[in-house]
Amino acid sequence: MFQIVRKQVLSKGAIIRFDINAPRIAAKVKAGQFVIIRVNETGERIPLTVADKDAFSGTITLIFQVVGKTTALMRSLKEGDSLKDVVGPLGKAAEVENIGTVIMVGGGTGVAILHHVAKAYKEAGNYVIGIIGARDKETMILDDEMAHICDELIITTDDGSFGERGFVTTPLKKYLDERYDIKLAYAIGPIIMMKNVCNLTKKYNLHTMVSLNPVMIDGTGMCGGCRVTVDNRTQFCCVDGPDFNGHLVDFDELEKRNNIYLKDEKDSLLNSIR
Amino acid sequence: MLEDVKYLKFKTYLNTYCPHCRNTFNYERKDEKYIVFKSIYKGEEAELKLSPYLDVFDVESSVEVAENDRLDDLICPKCKKSLIVEEPVCGECGSPVAELIITAFSKLMPFFICLKHGCTWHGLSKADENRVKLKIPRQDMPEQDMKLRVANHGEVPYGYTTELAQLEAGRCLQCKDPKCVKGCPVNVDIPAFISLIRDEKVDDAAKKIKETNMLPAVCGRVCPQESQCEALCILGLRDRPVAIGNLEKFVADYERKMDLVKVPVIKTKLKKKVAVVGSGPAGLTAAADLIQRGYSVTIYEALHEAGGVLVYGIPEFRLPKSIVNFEIDYLKQMGVKIELNCVIGNTITMDELLEHFDAVFIGVGAGLPVFMNIPGETLGNVFSANEYLTRMNLMKAYKFPEYDTPKPKGNKVVVLGGGNVAMDSARTAIRTGSTEVTVVYRRSRQELPARHEEVRHAEEEGVKFMLLTAPVKYIGNDQGILKGLECLRMQLGEPDSSGRRRPIPIEGSNFVINCDVAVVAIGNSSNPILFQTATDIKRNKWGNVEVNPETNQTSKEHVYAGGDIVTGAATVIQAMGAGRVAANAIHKKLSAG
Ligand SMILES: Cc1cc2nc3c(=O)[nH]c(=O)nc-3n(C[C@H](O)[C@H](O)[C@H](O)COP(=O)(O)OP(=O)(O)OC[C@H]3O[C@@H](n4cnc5c(N)ncnc54)[C@H](O)[C@@H]3O)c2cc1C
Ligand code: SF4
Ligand code: FES
Repeated sequence: MFQIVRKQVLSKGAIIRFDINAPRIAAKVKAGQFVIIRVNETGERIPLTVADKDAFSGTITLIFQVVGKTTALMRSLKEGDSLKDVVGPLGKAAEVENIGTVIMVGGGTGVAILHHVAKAYKEAGNYVIGIIGARDKETMILDDEMAHICDELIITTDDGSFGERGFVTTPLKKYLDERYDIKLAYAIGPIIMMKNVCNLTKKYNLHTMVSLNPVMIDGTGMCGGCRVTVDNRTQFCCVDGPDFNGHLVDFDELEKRNNIYLKDEKDSLLNSIR
Repeated sequence: MLEDVKYLKFKTYLNTYCPHCRNTFNYERKDEKYIVFKSIYKGEEAELKLSPYLDVFDVESSVEVAENDRLDDLICPKCKKSLIVEEPVCGECGSPVAELIITAFSKLMPFFICLKHGCTWHGLSKADENRVKLKIPRQDMPEQDMKLRVANHGEVPYGYTTELAQLEAGRCLQCKDPKCVKGCPVNVDIPAFISLIRDEKVDDAAKKIKETNMLPAVCGRVCPQESQCEALCILGLRDRPVAIGNLEKFVADYERKMDLVKVPVIKTKLKKKVAVVGSGPAGLTAAADLIQRGYSVTIYEALHEAGGVLVYGIPEFRLPKSIVNFEIDYLKQMGVKIELNCVIGNTITMDELLEHFDAVFIGVGAGLPVFMNIPGETLGNVFSANEYLTRMNLMKAYKFPEYDTPKPKGNKVVVLGGGNVAMDSARTAIRTGSTEVTVVYRRSRQELPARHEEVRHAEEEGVKFMLLTAPVKYIGNDQGILKGLECLRMQLGEPDSSGRRRPIPIEGSNFVINCDVAVVAIGNSSNPILFQTATDIKRNKWGNVEVNPETNQTSKEHVYAGGDIVTGAATVIQAMGAGRVAANAIHKKLSAG
């Protein structure tokens, strides 16, 4: 059993942070890696990227948005409750090196993952520019932490209630036009955002890494449910990823594959409410 | 006539043998009344050639025994003499025989029981006995009705009753040079355990099997007996072989259900520690062997449940999970520690394990699903069998929405492949509401690698087989979801290196099967996750770990391996055998110094 030692609501009911006691994972996990959790005996296995860790106290931080039955169930848990299973760290860690200037683009709960990667790049000595977006002020998360990590930070919201109005791609384009020293972009967020960022950076020939979130079951390369097409080759996201060269990813296919279970998610959620 | 034998209710019918005139007959106990019944040998006399020992009497000469008659007064309907005589005396103890009964299982063979002392002996020469045994037909396994079972996930074979098991065990010739044993990958002493069933020492029979095979309840259900022990059984030359698998299942289930499984007390406790990576049959066997020798053993398992393929792959209707859990509890009670949710290579590395353990056994299986590499493979609703079965079994998607994992649903399901994994997928699909399930296999029926029983069950349940057919392309709709599978017809050419006739495509024979779910069950290769960090363990070009076949030691000191990770996808029993070889070698190494 993996105890929730701290629970924090980041955005009114919808985005929640758990600090979970998992010393073995905390000692090993690197930026970009994820865990697979199962809340209880009848639960499903879902992947969640580790947003942070504290090796000293043996905890890992998970940040999730309530979208389906499992995340709704997680919201109902209190500090002191436990998750039945947490396995990890899974996937390849981000290959963090000191390369100069990097730009980190995040959207929605993707900022949670991005912030772990950004922190690693900062610690490796890079100049880190951050651009983070959300629907509105309410759903913006970790802006304080990002401000702390990044050398420059731009915030955007769709409705303009916080930071600039619009999408992350607008300030990104500005940066790409103005600065020639950016060596790498990282884009983590909704599929559509990552796709748009990649379409843009492709024009500037800027190497861009994305973190993919397909449906997963085991997370160890056993089921193949997490297949994604990268460079026209099938890759297992859980072992070959989750980070890939965004210019080679088939985002449309990923989106379609992720949509297959949408209706089941709803049915499952309804069933749990009933 | 003899065919009727198996339908008799053996609980109430007993065979009796007259010691004076060598007549045999049945009687039935009913409300303490004895009714002498028609002999089952009627009409078979000439063929049986059992005279001068056995005579046959007619049904008309059956005698009804008066209500208050005791068995002591039972009169043989033929010679009219009392069955209770002073002679012959019991062949074992020499005392007078009170009642002579040919017990149910030896229906066709005089078999005496001295009721006073409970001793038994045979009344025929060995040659006659064998000839008679050849007449007992192989006892069919009672099974769940095929119309009912497609609507549930309960086990299909019910298992032998004690009576059926006795009858089947009676068929075994107890060969001096038993061929069946040679066919068994771990050389279970088959005639010995069958003989113990006949002696009604079923718990000893279980112990006998467990000397070489730790998981008889599993093996009785999943071993490909028809290509192993039963393939070589001498009876198979003239008739159908002894149903060794069914008997093995009977013995193990009897032991478990009668609560006869005793957890051994481990007397010696050694300081040395062994880690086992993976909790499939290979790992479980290695762990059991080592804990019994006194080592402290910890199993590390990546998933949230122990058992490997036994829990995530093989479905409930073929191998109930309660059986696997029972075996795992047994290991725990012996003191094996099991750490779930622990991926070796990630959560703990191999080198870290070696800091804490004196030896490591790797049994991580062949978990990596192989795809066909044809267009459209990433379409929605194209699953690997691993994913399909893991969702259904491990995650219990068939109970969705009680369990949260959604079940892959499709009306028309195609399954690619012809092995056990394909049969399991197809039969799971049938049970989860698919209206049409088709197995697509590129060779012919003869080459289907699945257990015969699985193929038969699948057919009975309505699975269609499209043989000599090879998929070439998946076709999707505009939402990226599968709607059809384009295939090519094949014909058989010359035999290839495996001796099987090679399928060759018939040009231009393309056609499309409409389907909304496809399950790819064409094989598994080795799971690389452990080796991403344990790079110093030598593997061959297929990714399988290379070992010394005598010891199962890998290229790395103190590290051993066995099961599918060494052989590529194989069988449960082979994995168990490999676990044992490694356990022996580890013991030898660690006890040497
Ligand atoms: C659907 C299906 C049906 C089958 N039917 C039959 C049958 O009828 N008869 C038969 O004889 N055989 C059958 N087989 C084959 C048989 O199940 C395998 O040969 C056997 O299970 C192999 O045992 P194993 O111990 O080597 O590995 P597995 O049973 O594969 O177990 C390996 C275990 O290791 C774990 N693992 C992997 N990597 C790590 C890691 N890095 N750290 C920790 N744990 C790890 C896995 O999660 C898994 O639990 C079937 C296989 C499948 C998939
Ligand atoms: S070969 Fe057949 S008849 Fe002979 S001992 Fe084995 S099971 Fe019995
Ligand atoms: S999640 Fe199963 S293979 Fe990646």
